[in-house]
Amino acid sequence: MLKIRQPTTEPRASRRAFLAGGAAAAGALMIGFRLDLRGARAEGAPDLSAVKANPNAFVRIAADDTVTVIVKHLDMGQGNTTGLATILADELDADWSKVRTEFAPADAALYNNLLMGPVQGTGGSTAIANSWMQLRKAGAAAREMLVAAAALDWKVPALQITVENGVVRHAASNREASFGKLAAAAAAMPVPQEPRLKDLSQWRLIGQTVPRLDSVAKTSGSAVYALDIRRPNQVTAVVAHPPRFGATVKGFDDKAARKVAGVIDVVAIPTGVAVIARDTWAAMKGREALSVTWDESLAESRSSDAILAEYRETAKRPGLVASQRGDAEAGIKGAAKVLEAEFSFPYLAHAAMEPLNATIERAADGGYDIYAGLQFQTVEQATAAAVLGTTPDKVRLHTTWAGGSFGRRATPSADYIAEAAAILKAWGAKAPVHLVWTREDDMAGGYYRPTVYHKIRAGLDAKGSVTGWQHVMVGKSIMIGSPFEAMLVKNGVDGTTVEGASDTPYALPAYRFDVHNAREGVPVLWWRSVGHTHTAQAMEVFVDELAHAANVDPVAYRLALLTNAPRLSGVLKLAAEKAGWGKGASGKGRAMGVAAHESFGSYVAMVADVTAGSGSVKVNRIVAAVDVGIAVNPDIVRAQVEGAVGFALSSVLRNRVTLKDGVVQETNFDAYEPTRLTEMPVVEVHIMPSRAAPTGIGEPGVPVLAPSISNAVFAATGQRLRSLPLDLSGLKGV
Amino acid sequence: MFKLTVNGATHEVDADPDMPLLWVLRDRLDKTGTKYGCGIAQCGACTIHLDGQPVRSCQTRIGDVGEGKITTIEGVSGRVAEAVQGAWRKLDVVQCGYCQSGQIMSAIGLLSTNPKPSDADIDGAMDGNICRCGTYQRIRAAIHEAARSLA
Repeated sequence: MLKIRQPTTEPRASRRAFLAGGAAAAGALMIGFRLDLRGARAEGAPDLSAVKANPNAFVRIAADDTVTVIVKHLDMGQGNTTGLATILADELDADWSKVRTEFAPADAALYNNLLMGPVQGTGGSTAIANSWMQLRKAGAAAREMLVAAAALDWKVPALQITVENGVVRHAASNREASFGKLAAAAAAMPVPQEPRLKDLSQWRLIGQTVPRLDSVAKTSGSAVYALDIRRPNQVTAVVAHPPRFGATVKGFDDKAARKVAGVIDVVAIPTGVAVIARDTWAAMKGREALSVTWDESLAESRSSDAILAEYRETAKRPGLVASQRGDAEAGIKGAAKVLEAEFSFPYLAHAAMEPLNATIERAADGGYDIYAGLQFQTVEQATAAAVLGTTPDKVRLHTTWAGGSFGRRATPSADYIAEAAAILKAWGAKAPVHLVWTREDDMAGGYYRPTVYHKIRAGLDAKGSVTGWQHVMVGKSIMIGSPFEAMLVKNGVDGTTVEGASDTPYALPAYRFDVHNAREGVPVLWWRSVGHTHTAQAMEVFVDELAHAANVDPVAYRLALLTNAPRLSGVLKLAAEKAGWGKGASGKGRAMGVAAHESFGSYVAMVADVTAGSGSVKVNRIVAAVDVGIAVNPDIVRAQVEGAVGFALSSVLRNRVTLKDGVVQETNFDAYEPTRLTEMPVVEVHIMPSRAAPTGIGEPGVPVLAPSISNAVFAATGQRLRSLPLDLSGLKGV
Repeated sequence: MFKLTVNGATHEVDADPDMPLLWVLRDRLDKTGTKYGCGIAQCGACTIHLDGQPVRSCQTRIGDVGEGKITTIEGVSGRVAEAVQGAWRKLDVVQCGYCQSGQIMSAIGLLSTNPKPSDADIDGAMDGNICRCGTYQRIRAAIHEAARSLA
């Protein structure tokens, strides 16, 4: 596909063409790709209970009694290794202390995400939701196979055999055997297609607090992340990327770089110039000594302010109608009171603690091995194969622990994996290559949460009820231009852009949501909770404004509009009750604010208690209530919500990626500072008891934080801050 | 050629004196428990102990280490280390876990000199360690838990 060998010649393929090439190759496999971000409840979603039991794909029992659960998802901190193992181990009646996990290889036939069609990947808070029945059946089938083996060996009826805590027992004959003793014989038993599943009263692990399976490795320095991969003779590569998105290499001088001690080679690749060295430090020094000139004729050279100003103009025109009911305009015309508000949102970097990196090598058998925090295996495998000029089956993937992701490790273009493959190819695969992005590369590398603008007008009648709601949004679609466009963009509307607003659960009598797809050259991507990162702020702050305009308590006002949303109402009431809503004094610098939002099939409400005024906001306490159906690991559910608060708080208070004439200004944690320990509020998480099938919690804690804080700031100060990050400079004392 | 004492063992390393200890440990000695996060001492993921004191290895030049004894997460031991790691496990602090080597090294440093830290003491010792997963509530609780177990 790409022939760039001589480092001194000008690469002919532009970054865009390269990405399109890789993506097109991946796209060939994508027929039927379906990303049900709303989880298993979505209309047309697959029947997850129809999945066949396949214990051999998901569990391995060794003679030493260890039970290894094969995890088909990436664990980037959300704890799904523990969660997935819990589901299987409970149905298996395994001894939890003997349970281990192993990341699955790339195999879309065995390990596809059942909510993504034929694609192996992690995202949309689907790991637990899509695996629930699959792993219950796998565990139950393996249990029946162990029982069958024991029955045969002991010559007793299977029905008289019990299993508990990793031991198979026949009480009447006083015989027992551990899993390990029976494993070999059990493997020869037929696989039951429809094994009997436990009743929820029989669960011993699901719904209980079990120790995380990754705690010991991650507190002793022994957990292996992508950055820790050490292959024999491996070299490290860092890449000089263009300063502006869409620019390409025009030429470069590598004389000085090659003189840096430890530098081995310098090669041109489609995305820049790679310096290959014996270690990371030498590679970074080599890159500093490199001189590159860029062709910026196709580059994005606008500033982020200018892009947002264009959005504001665009929003004055009607866009694509994403959803409509009743006549919103007529409703507003006849209203007693009309409110109007605008919200803007900056680009955001994911800024995971572990910068992007991957190791790739050519194996003796002519195939390739890739080691990384792989999040979108089917796409990554196909894209690497296309770059390397081979077939996907020749590319073996080894998924490691990931030091965070928040969406960044799953790109439709498999960007950094493709880059690693391009370096290996350009260099002639002389040794394993570890591509390392520095923090600066990671921050300036694009694939941001899009910058977005919302404008809302709504009318209220004399009683304060909504008569009409007009909503216009402008932002760059994540999916348009990706291999998933045909499947996920309907009539020009990208569901991942408008989710959480166009499908609002509020019973608005007349509603119209218009969207404009912006087209700037800045690559954008899902960022923990995707469209909900901005739609929840726009919806939940504006509903709060309506409540105040109607002179109705914000919780009561929402509940009146949520008569058809019992689960969302449920968490809203629970959070309000646990927070002591309406009981404390409000105003004079300290107050509570509330927000509730559904995302990915899970329901979250938060009450924020803040102290605000004179240019500062301190979040004292967050009380959250969540409904995730059955909480497989309640403590991990709580941890994810606590973490969502810590993760998202800095985006409420200060984080933004700005472009000046196309150049990213914030390239490290000094200018893009994540939340720090001293800023962390007390977080209380209450879980709604439920018998519904489990949904995810990796993302749903994020959307409600910003509006609950914004609404609390208003209650405390009377000043309405809508855009993110909150403009604290204008906040006056009270 | 530099002679380094890491976790009690001596290593000879041929490197430029400017080379940060972080990359010496990770890339030359394969001690990968110490993490790279920012390279500018903003995040604390690279925290190690130099003669028992927490330092940012990304800002510590190999040429400046001299006879100093280096301890990394792989080699840290003793009563305080056990209490801290035990508390981290008891409360399941970790999420992605990438920053936690540095968090733990900072917490051990704190509790080694201050066995009963107040919240303000914890703020002072731990505010330089970023956790992007936002596990701070449990980090604070685990430090108090470790202090209780040491009392």
